[in-house]
Amino acid sequence: MRRGWTLTILAGFGFVFLYAPILSLVVYSFNDSRLVTVWAGFSTRWYAALFTDRAILNAAWVSLQIGVVSATLATALGTLAALVLTRFGRFTGRLLLTGMATAPLVMPEVITGLSLLLLFVSMELTLGWPAGRGMTTVIIAHTTFCMAFVTVIVASRLRDMDESLEEAARDLGAGPVRVFFDVTLPVIAPALVAGWLLAFTLSLDDLVIASFVSGPGASTLPIVVFSKVRLGVSPDINALATIIIAVVAVAVAIAGWQMTRAARRRRQGR
Amino acid sequence: MNLAGKGRDLAADTRPWRDPSAEPFLRISALTKRFDDFTAVDAVSLDIFRGELFCLLGGSGCGKSTLLRMLAGFEEPTAGSIVLDGRPMQGVPPHRRPTNMMFQSYALFPHMKVERNIAYGLAREGVGRAEQAARVAEMLRLVKLERFATRKPHQLSGGQRQRVALARALVKRPKLLLLDEPLGALDKKLREETQFELIRIQETLGITFIVVTHDQDEAMTIATRIGVMHEGHIVQIGEPREIYETPVNRFVADFIGSVNLIEARVDAAAPDAMRVITDDLGPVIVPPMAGLRAGQQVWLALRPESIRLGRGPAPEPGRNHLQAVVEEVGYVGHASTYRLRAASGRLLVASSPNRLHDEDPITWDERVHASFAPAAVRVLTE
Amino acid sequence: MSAAPEPPAPRPRRWLPGPRWLVIAVPMAWLLLFFLVPFFVLGRISLSEPMIARPPYSPLWEVLADGTRVWLGNLENYRLLVEDTLYRNAYFSSIRIAAVSTVAALLIGYPMAYYIARAPEPRRTILLLLIILPFWTSFLLRVYAWIGFLQREGLINQALLGLGIIDAPLRMLNTDFAVYIGIVYTYLPFMILPLYANLVKLDEAFLEAAADLGAGPVTTFFTVTLPLSLPGIVAGCMLVFIPAIGEYVIPELLGASGTLMIGRVLWNEFFSANDWTMAAAVAVVMLFVVVAPIMWLQARIDRQGGGT
Repeated sequence: MRRGWTLTILAGFGFVFLYAPILSLVVYSFNDSRLVTVWAGFSTRWYAALFTDRAILNAAWVSLQIGVVSATLATALGTLAALVLTRFGRFTGRLLLTGMATAPLVMPEVITGLSLLLLFVSMELTLGWPAGRGMTTVIIAHTTFCMAFVTVIVASRLRDMDESLEEAARDLGAGPVRVFFDVTLPVIAPALVAGWLLAFTLSLDDLVIASFVSGPGASTLPIVVFSKVRLGVSPDINALATIIIAVVAVAVAIAGWQMTRAARRRRQGR
Repeated sequence: MNLAGKGRDLAADTRPWRDPSAEPFLRISALTKRFDDFTAVDAVSLDIFRGELFCLLGGSGCGKSTLLRMLAGFEEPTAGSIVLDGRPMQGVPPHRRPTNMMFQSYALFPHMKVERNIAYGLAREGVGRAEQAARVAEMLRLVKLERFATRKPHQLSGGQRQRVALARALVKRPKLLLLDEPLGALDKKLREETQFELIRIQETLGITFIVVTHDQDEAMTIATRIGVMHEGHIVQIGEPREIYETPVNRFVADFIGSVNLIEARVDAAAPDAMRVITDDLGPVIVPPMAGLRAGQQVWLALRPESIRLGRGPAPEPGRNHLQAVVEEVGYVGHASTYRLRAASGRLLVASSPNRLHDEDPITWDERVHASFAPAAVRVLTE
Repeated sequence: MSAAPEPPAPRPRRWLPGPRWLVIAVPMAWLLLFFLVPFFVLGRISLSEPMIARPPYSPLWEVLADGTRVWLGNLENYRLLVEDTLYRNAYFSSIRIAAVSTVAALLIGYPMAYYIARAPEPRRTILLLLIILPFWTSFLLRVYAWIGFLQREGLINQALLGLGIIDAPLRMLNTDFAVYIGIVYTYLPFMILPLYANLVKLDEAFLEAAADLGAGPVTTFFTVTLPLSLPGIVAGCMLVFIPAIGEYVIPELLGASGTLMIGRVLWNEFFSANDWTMAAAVAVVMLFVVVAPIMWLQARIDRQGGGT
C-alpha cells in the first residue's frame, strides 16, 4: 500500500485549498476593522452587529421554517419514490418516474427556479392558487429539488439492504404495509436521517431558486446575505459564516463520533 | 462419515411413501417457473408425506431454491399447481400460507431482540401477550437458547442465530417448514452437531420439513427421502440408501459419493447373470437386467468400497478380477482410498477400512489384485 | 465436496396490489406537477412577447370579435437568440468555463479521493468528514470567502506582496480566473465523493498483481487504477459539469461584468430587463443543451443499478 510522498502532497494541497478560505472567514470575523487589509485587533463587535440586524434575524427565522418543512416533505416524498424505484418492479411510467426523481440532482437552478415561478404565476391566473409568492411557494420549490437527493440516498440504502428481512416478515404473516413499518423503516432509518439533514442544508443554502419563487415578506437568509455581499466584503457576514461553520463542525463531529462508535461496536459485537 | 446405512431407521409402517394408497400431504404437479428465456423449474411433480424430512439436493442453478420459494409464495409459478393438505396454494400470498421459511441468511430483524424476533409471527396471528411469552419460552428451551432471550442478533454467534431463525419459523407451528441451506454458513463441526439437532427437533414436533441443500453428506444424514435435482428437473426420488445403492442414471451415481463409471457393451444374458464387455476391464459379470439388446451400450457404476484388494494370486470364483498397480494412497484414518491403474491404463478408485496396527498395509507402486462381486455392480442405461 | 452456499435464486421484485398504486401515485403526481409541467409552461411562455402587464407577457391566443381564435405565439425570442451573438457566446462560454472547471476539479479531487480511499480506518472517516464539512456550510458564504481572498487588498495579494514575489497587487477578482476557482471550490465535494465511493471498492489485490507482474507505480496507475475508476470519474464530472453550465452566483460575485455565463444572462433577462419571455427562451435552449448529458448520465446509473 505505497502511497508515496507525491500523493500526500497533492492531497494536502487539496485540503489546504478547501479550508484556507474558511479559515480566513473565521479569522476576519474577529477583526476590529471593516477592512480586510488591516488587522486592527481582536473584537467581537461584528457578532454584536449581527444580532441587532433585524433583516438578517428575520431572514434566518424564515429560512429555518422553510428548511424544516421542506426537509420533512422532501424526506417523505423522496422515501416513497425510493421505495417505488427499488421494490416495485416494472410498471408503466417507471422510466418517467426515474427520470423525474433524479434529474433535479444536476439540473441548473436557474432553470428550476424560473420554470417553477412561471408555473406558480400560471396557476395563480387559472386556479387562483397559490395566491402570490411567499413561503409556500419556496417550500414547494425546495421540496421538489431536495426530494431528488433524498431519493438517491434512501434508494441506495434500500438496494444494499438484505431483502430476505422483508421476506421473512411476509413469511411470518405481515402484510405489505406492516412489513414496511416493522422492518423496512427501522433498517433504513439512518438513511432517512441523512436525507433529512441534506435536504435541510440544501434548503437553507439555496439562493437562486428562492430568488425566483419567493415574495415580499419571505426573504430567505441567502437572499439577504447575497444583497449585502454584492456590494463587497462585510465583516458581519463573516461573523454569520463563523457561527454557521461552528454549528456544522460540532454537528459533524458528533456524527463522526457516533459513526466510529457504531463501527467499533460492530467490529466487536460479532 | 457415511451414515446412509444407519440413517433413519424407521419401521416400514412409518414410511408412507411406500404405501401406494397413502395420501400425500403436499402434492406438487407439473410445477414450472420460467424467467424470460430461462426455465428454472421444469414441470416438477412430487408428493411429500406428513412428517417427512425431505431434502431437495442439487448443485448451483438446479432450481431447488426456486422450487422452495414457490412453495413459500415468493415466486408465482408459470405453470402447475401446489396443493398443501388438500388446499390449493394458487395465488395465496406468503403471509397467508400455512408454511414458514428458514432463510439462508437467517434474516433476523436486527432492531429486535431475540424474543421479539421469535414472537413476531405470533403477534401477526393475533396471539395474546401471555400466550406469546409462553410459546416463545417453549421454543427457546427447544433450541437451547433460554439465556439469550433479550440479546439482539448482532450479539449472537452464527450457530446461535441459526437456532433463533429456526425457532422463529417453528413457533407458529406451520404445516410445512421450508429450510433454505440451513447449515451452509456453519463450520464443519457445528454443522455435524446441528444436523442431529435438526432431526431431533423435527421428530419431537412432527412437522414436515423440506430442506434445500447442495451438500450430499448432509442430505444423506438427515433426510427421510431425497429428491435429486438437475437443471430444473427432479432426476431421482428415494430414500438415501436407494439413491446411493441404486442410482437411476450416471448423473445421480456421480453426484452422490464417489463412483467408478465404466462404459460397457452387452454381450450375453442368462437368467441369473449377464456378461458385458468393457474396454478397460475386459469381460465383467453383472446382475441380470431385463430389456437389453445385445451390443447395447451401458455403464457400470461401481462404488469404491466394493472393490477388495489383495496381494495373493488366488482369485476367488464368482467375482470379477483384474490386476492393477497402486498409484496413490489416501489415508483418512479409519479408511484408505486407493487410486489403481489397471492394465488397460484406466484409473479406478477403491476404498477399504483400515485395520489398526496394520504392520504391512498396501502401499504405493504395489501390484495388487482387485476383485468385486457381480452384485455390487449397478448397470445404468443412461 | 462442499462449496460455498449457493446464492439465492434470481428474484424479480414483486409487491402486492392495494396500497401499491397510492405509493406510486403520490411522488409521481408531485413530480409531474412541480417538475415536468413547469417545463411546458416554460416553453409556452417562451413563445410570448413581453408586455407591460401582470404578468409581463402576452397571451398566446386572442379571441376576435367574430369568435375565431388567433394564434399569437411566435418564435421572436428564438430568432433573437440565434441572431444576437451575445447569447451564442454566452452558451459557448458557459460550456467552456464549465468544462475547464470540471477538468481542474478532477485534477485536484482525484488525488484527494485516492488518498482518502487508501487511508486506514480511523483516519479515513475523519478525512471524509473533513471533506463533507465545507459542503454542509453555506455555499454562498464560501464563494464570499473568495472575494476576501482574491480582492486587491485581499490575503493572497498581501502574502505575495509581503514575500516580495510581486510588486503590484494582482487583479484576481472579477476575472474568469476567479470564476474557475469559485466553481472548482464549491463543486469539489461533488467530484470527490463519487470518486471516493469508486476507489474505496478497488481491490488492493489488483495493484499487487500488477506490481508482481512487473508494473511500476506509475504504470499501475495508468493501466489498472485509472480504467477501473472510470465510472467514478464520469459520475464526478457530470455532477460538476452539468450544474456548472447554468451557474449564476459564482460569475456574478467573482466574475467580470464581461464574464458571460448563460445563467447570468437568464437572471438579467428576468430581473433586470423584466423580459420573462426571453428568459424562458434562454432556459429552453439551456434545457436542450443540458438534457442530453443528463439522460446519458441516467442511462449509466440505471445500467449500473445505481452503483456509483
